[in-house]
Amino acid sequence: MSELKKHSITVKNLIVGYKNKTVADNINFAIEPGQLCGIVGVNGIGKSTLLRTLGKLQPKLSGEIAIEGKALELNSSFELAKILSFVLTEQPASKNLTVQELIALGRQPYTNWIGTLTKEDKQQVEESLSSFLLKDLRNNKCHELSDGQLQRVLIARAMAQDTPLILLDEPTTHLDLYHKVQILKLLQQLAHAKKKTILFTTHEIDLAIQLCDKILILDGRANPIGTPKELIEQNYFDQLFPSEMVQFDAKTGSFKVNK
Amino acid sequence: MHSLKSYRISFALISLALCFAWLLNISSGSVQIPFDALLSVLLGSTAEIDSWNYIIWNYRIPKAFTAVLVGGGLSISGLLMQTLFRNPLAGPFVLGISSGASLGAALILMGATLIAGVSSFTFINDISMAVAASLGSFLVLMVVMLVANRVKDTMALLIIGLMFGSITAALVSVLAYFSSAEDLQRYIFWSFGSVGNLSGQQVMLLSGVVLLGLLLSVLSIKKLNAFLLGENYAQSLGVSLKKSRLIIIIATGILAGGITAFAGPIAFIGLAVPHLTRQIFDTMEHRVLIPAVFLYGSILMLLCDTIAQLPNSANVLPINAITSLVGAPVVIWLLVRKRKMLF
Repeated sequence: MSELKKHSITVKNLIVGYKNKTVADNINFAIEPGQLCGIVGVNGIGKSTLLRTLGKLQPKLSGEIAIEGKALELNSSFELAKILSFVLTEQPASKNLTVQELIALGRQPYTNWIGTLTKEDKQQVEESLSSFLLKDLRNNKCHELSDGQLQRVLIARAMAQDTPLILLDEPTTHLDLYHKVQILKLLQQLAHAKKKTILFTTHEIDLAIQLCDKILILDGRANPIGTPKELIEQNYFDQLFPSEMVQFDAKTGSFKVNK
Repeated sequence: MHSLKSYRISFALISLALCFAWLLNISSGSVQIPFDALLSVLLGSTAEIDSWNYIIWNYRIPKAFTAVLVGGGLSISGLLMQTLFRNPLAGPFVLGISSGASLGAALILMGATLIAGVSSFTFINDISMAVAASLGSFLVLMVVMLVANRVKDTMALLIIGLMFGSITAALVSVLAYFSSAEDLQRYIFWSFGSVGNLSGQQVMLLSGVVLLGLLLSVLSIKKLNAFLLGENYAQSLGVSLKKSRLIIIIATGILAGGITAFAGPIAFIGLAVPHLTRQIFDTMEHRVLIPAVFLYGSILMLLCDTIAQLPNSANVLPINAITSLVGAPVVIWLLVRKRKMLF
């Protein structure tokens, strides 16, 4: 039990997919609190499906998922709202919300029947606003924001939900390099400063290598997990893509196109 | 986010506007009653002309009260639908919910002739009308909900609403073909829409229906706010999707169906009022929107009814004509600035 408690999330022999179709299997990993973990892999390998399964947005096919030592399926959706929060690829349904209104919705699991914000709720919202550099934008409507700003708002909302575990589905797509780095650095800070476990799927392998504490590689076979250094030493990144097109350079930690 | 307190002045102003619209509505009608006489009757004394007392207490006040319930209730049902379907163009009339209610009403008003071969008049009572219209609107809502889960396209949903309108029209014309002239006439008059001519008992029944719908809406406020993020986000915030969706649909069905049973299918109010409200109360927070939308809907309905009375004349226009003239331009305006399609 104590060994399980130490890990924020533990996954054993997990198979994810849909009724008639296994998307990914043989998934095993454990992540400790305060770690930023990237999930990488080629398109269609099941990164998003895994993330949605971990968040109980879709049922697992078999295997075990435990969060803070308790099996995922034993939590009601109401309890789960205080354990894990999401940043999804989908846009918020209404972009007419202001930044502050949207972030305040993250406090819903803690508010009363009509959603009144207490002093503590407001404090959490303020903290999320300032952590993600949104103080000046608080009264802007979401449709007025750039992609990078909107992404920060959605992550700040997840932070306001104040859960030990945060799951993000491709938080850096559609962003330029500067904003990609900005988002990932903010996530790193959040994980380290607040001891949150943060899992995100990404295609930015070179940035993940530089910023993540751990990386889970979904390759459809062993699905290895480790620190970026370990994975590089064991040549796992070399096998990620067909080698006639791109090759991994272990010295720089990035991919090179074969000319 | 403004604190809720900052809306106090706006709420005071629209409450005042509601009082004004209510007085205006009561003071106009086919019989001219001087304003000071009207005021003194309202304050409890008796007017010098006996019929004025009767007209004010037994006709105009119930009618104004009905207009408040109908306008407010339909607007709330529109607001619920827009949030639930994440669609700025949703509303009881546009999505065919009113058509469903009309079909229920038509079956009651004209169907009995078909089945029993006698005029259906004897079978009609208020409760059966309300139940049939509510069931009709539930039925359409459920189908729209099923379709909305499959088709994410805003426009497709509207076309489906139009199709429901056509199906209703077709079924009604079949019913009309076989029904007696009086039954048909009663249906036609009902379909014009009216907030007058309700008995005291009917007004009581309508109040009960609207109160129940409002109660369910108020209980759903927190969930409605979560739905603004989308269903997956709402679920991750601990909202039970199935249960909340069902409660919101029941509230919408009760409001739209119940009101349509008594007042006829009233066009566009449910769609237009939430948008007009958001122009002034610049927020998506349902704690503010639900009372504000109710007040605005009431005001608009009172004004439309006042215009329909054609002040100082004995003629009364169908209220649907007026609400369409107000509401249809709002839809066009929404489509023109479709680029944003915000709700």
